[in-house]
Amino acid sequence: MTAAAAPRLGLRGITKRYGETIANEAIDLDVTAGQIHALLGENGAGKSTLMKIVAGVTTPDAGRIEWQGVPVSIRNPAQARRLGIGMVFQHFALFDTLTVAENIALALGEAPPGRELAARIAAVGARYGVPIAAERSVHALSVGERQRVEIVRCLLQSPRLLILDEPTSVLTPQAVLALFETLRRLAAEGVSILYISHKLAEIRALCDVATVLRNGRVSGTVLPRAETAASLARLMIGGELPECRLRPRSAGEVRLSLHDLSVPSADPFGTSLQGIDLEVRAGELVGIAGVSGNGQAELLGALSGETLAASARAVRIGDRDMGRLGAAARRRSGLRYVPEERLGRGTVPEMDLTANCVLTGADDGLVRHGLVQYDAARRCAREIIARCAVKATGEHALAASLSGGNVQKFIVGREIRFAPRVLLVAQPTWGVDVGAALGIRQALIDLRDAGVAVLVLCEELDELFAICDRIAVLARGRLSPALPRSRWTAEAIGVAMTGDFSALAA
Amino acid sequence: MRLAASPLATALMLATGFCVLSLLGKDSWAAFTVFFVEPFGSRYGVGELLLKATPLTICAVGLALGYRANVWNIGAEGQLTVGAIAGSGVALFHAAALGAWALPLMLLAGIAGGMLWAAIPALLRTRFNTSEIFVSLMLVYIAQLFLSYLVHGPWRDPAGRNFPQSQALADNAMLPMLVDGARANWGFALALSVALLAWWFGARTAAGFRMRVSGLAPAAARYAGFSTEATIWLGMLIGGGAAGLAGILEVAGPIGMLQPVISPGYGFTAIIVAFVGRLHPIGIVFAALLMAALYLGGESAQIELQLPASVSGVFQAVLLFFLLAAELFIHFRLRRVRS
Repeated sequence: MTAAAAPRLGLRGITKRYGETIANEAIDLDVTAGQIHALLGENGAGKSTLMKIVAGVTTPDAGRIEWQGVPVSIRNPAQARRLGIGMVFQHFALFDTLTVAENIALALGEAPPGRELAARIAAVGARYGVPIAAERSVHALSVGERQRVEIVRCLLQSPRLLILDEPTSVLTPQAVLALFETLRRLAAEGVSILYISHKLAEIRALCDVATVLRNGRVSGTVLPRAETAASLARLMIGGELPECRLRPRSAGEVRLSLHDLSVPSADPFGTSLQGIDLEVRAGELVGIAGVSGNGQAELLGALSGETLAASARAVRIGDRDMGRLGAAARRRSGLRYVPEERLGRGTVPEMDLTANCVLTGADDGLVRHGLVQYDAARRCAREIIARCAVKATGEHALAASLSGGNVQKFIVGREIRFAPRVLLVAQPTWGVDVGAALGIRQALIDLRDAGVAVLVLCEELDELFAICDRIAVLARGRLSPALPRSRWTAEAIGVAMTGDFSALAA
Repeated sequence: MRLAASPLATALMLATGFCVLSLLGKDSWAAFTVFFVEPFGSRYGVGELLLKATPLTICAVGLALGYRANVWNIGAEGQLTVGAIAGSGVALFHAAALGAWALPLMLLAGIAGGMLWAAIPALLRTRFNTSEIFVSLMLVYIAQLFLSYLVHGPWRDPAGRNFPQSQALADNAMLPMLVDGARANWGFALALSVALLAWWFGARTAAGFRMRVSGLAPAAARYAGFSTEATIWLGMLIGGGAAGLAGILEVAGPIGMLQPVISPGYGFTAIIVAFVGRLHPIGIVFAALLMAALYLGGESAQIELQLPASVSGVFQAVLLFFLLAAELFIHFRLRRVRS
């Protein structure tokens, strides 16, 4: 085979083991020039490991990698970059204390001077629909904005192969379409794209070829346009995909109400909340749509009690005004919270699952007379692992040793176990595989059916439409009225996301 | 790997010590004997070792609880001094009236004094967000000058021929000896109990759990609703109380009176001890014994090898240096990058 006809990237029998676990076994995969190639599979199917091998983060135990038909061994990320492989990771590799421009300069190796770099960031951002301010500090960015930094960083290196790990989970519908345009343009310019996702509709709309992984092996290589979502799902999970059902249900008394809640943002790049009004009733699932950076972090802080409101009346939980009470007091009155950051906030990464039960279970029998009840905590952790099918070596597994999806299953399981009256969930299924996401959605619906007031902040509209009774949009620190989902369309939400609520007058 | 760091750093410190002493033209083996064999050779030597390890253990155990919670109390030396002053005050002015109660009340007063001194940086940190590192450090010098003022002025022994020192403590205000023929006292047993108590506090109590979470993941602590201020106060007060206890134990033990200098920097050395002991009470007991040996070795080295007094300090610093280096290489791998 001549070099011209050879695929840009060829994987031949790639195998990788971690101890007893086989992450990848005998994987073959070809990506040709200008092809958009989907890599499909559940969390734990081996997608991330395979991509780390291609990106030089780790090396395979067996098999070989061919680049333009020539066998290569990719020993480190810098070498992968020199070959022309760029990767947007699912877990961002950014330095929190540095600015966007500094982070990008680090990755570029030989960076142009500050002003020129800022101009190039702005140019690439505008051209590909991923605008980001170069001078902002990364720690102040939302998850969605951090992903933009990663995308821009890769595009600045003019890659020949671009790997994207679930890039659309934090984008508005319009932005997803814009990103697809970008990717198609890149493909037309001859750039190969490896697109990791579990969103079947997207893959069918965007990708030329799809390789499906299951349990570390290739379970099929297909043309996605010729497949149905159901047939792709079967390849991926080896069975039928059950569906969530939201049965109509009349809501009960008001469990959570926000009254003219205004919170100035502590962060100079944050968004201040202005006059937020909202009611969530028992047995009702309310969703808040919007792209992160529009006041999501501030609203979550004000709801959970990590930041206090100016007046007690601004936040009412049950029949108590709690605007001036902190997170522990609000938790005692039945407000439970599943935060967006799973490691470092929802759990302590360096502690085991037992201790992580104690984190929010102190008032539910895990602390007595000022002493931690480790026996009860161990039972609690074992129970959550079993009930929520958390993949962990046991109750003594460190939170950091779990995959992102499994940490989320653990946190959701923990907060549900402590019998919430109001449950607040941020990005419930971000980066979680299809099967687990379905389980989490179903768990939220079950809670609603059991009479819990559930409030979900989420960037994925499909998800909100699948599970919510009512939906509101948070844009530029203001909250639209929460309307029944039947009154929304994706377009109407897109308009509301720009901050224009005029069409929504009830 | 993490547990190996301290022994590894100790070995590297010894190797460096060998090289330095050889370069100075000293007999390294003789120096090794002076530092690490002689102190253990006699009942008196072991007694001295335990005596020196006592304040180091108590201070370091208290500091470590704070450090694990990201509370950086650097001023244990000052808290030790104020603890010594407060405890001695009880002994000097009320010992006769108190009888058998003198010693327990002195220890409590010492703890209270240390806590009081640590409360200043805690208050400033929680009220004005000042750095407890600088405030606690600067308060060391204030405490030492205050002690100096007392022993030169109001508390000076009138029958003391103008020496800047207080009256000797009464017998009922002194710690009982552990064994005959050595200066070690019951303070060491107390230090072991303090270490045990600290372990229990950190591992079993809810307050200890909250402090650990605050140190490991501040955002998780806020999410859980743990009070940041409570953590700072607890961390500072525990560290200060422990240092104050160490201070009064020194006065009621080997020193027996107040004098301008009551500690050869135990409060600072305890910071190294805390880290060499991996911030764990059991590790700290061993680290304190090692550091005590360095103190004693340094003293004998002055006499027997005519080495300068600063040699102990050099060894302590080298040990901390290697420990920090070992930490770095445990968490990061050094790789040659060819361009």
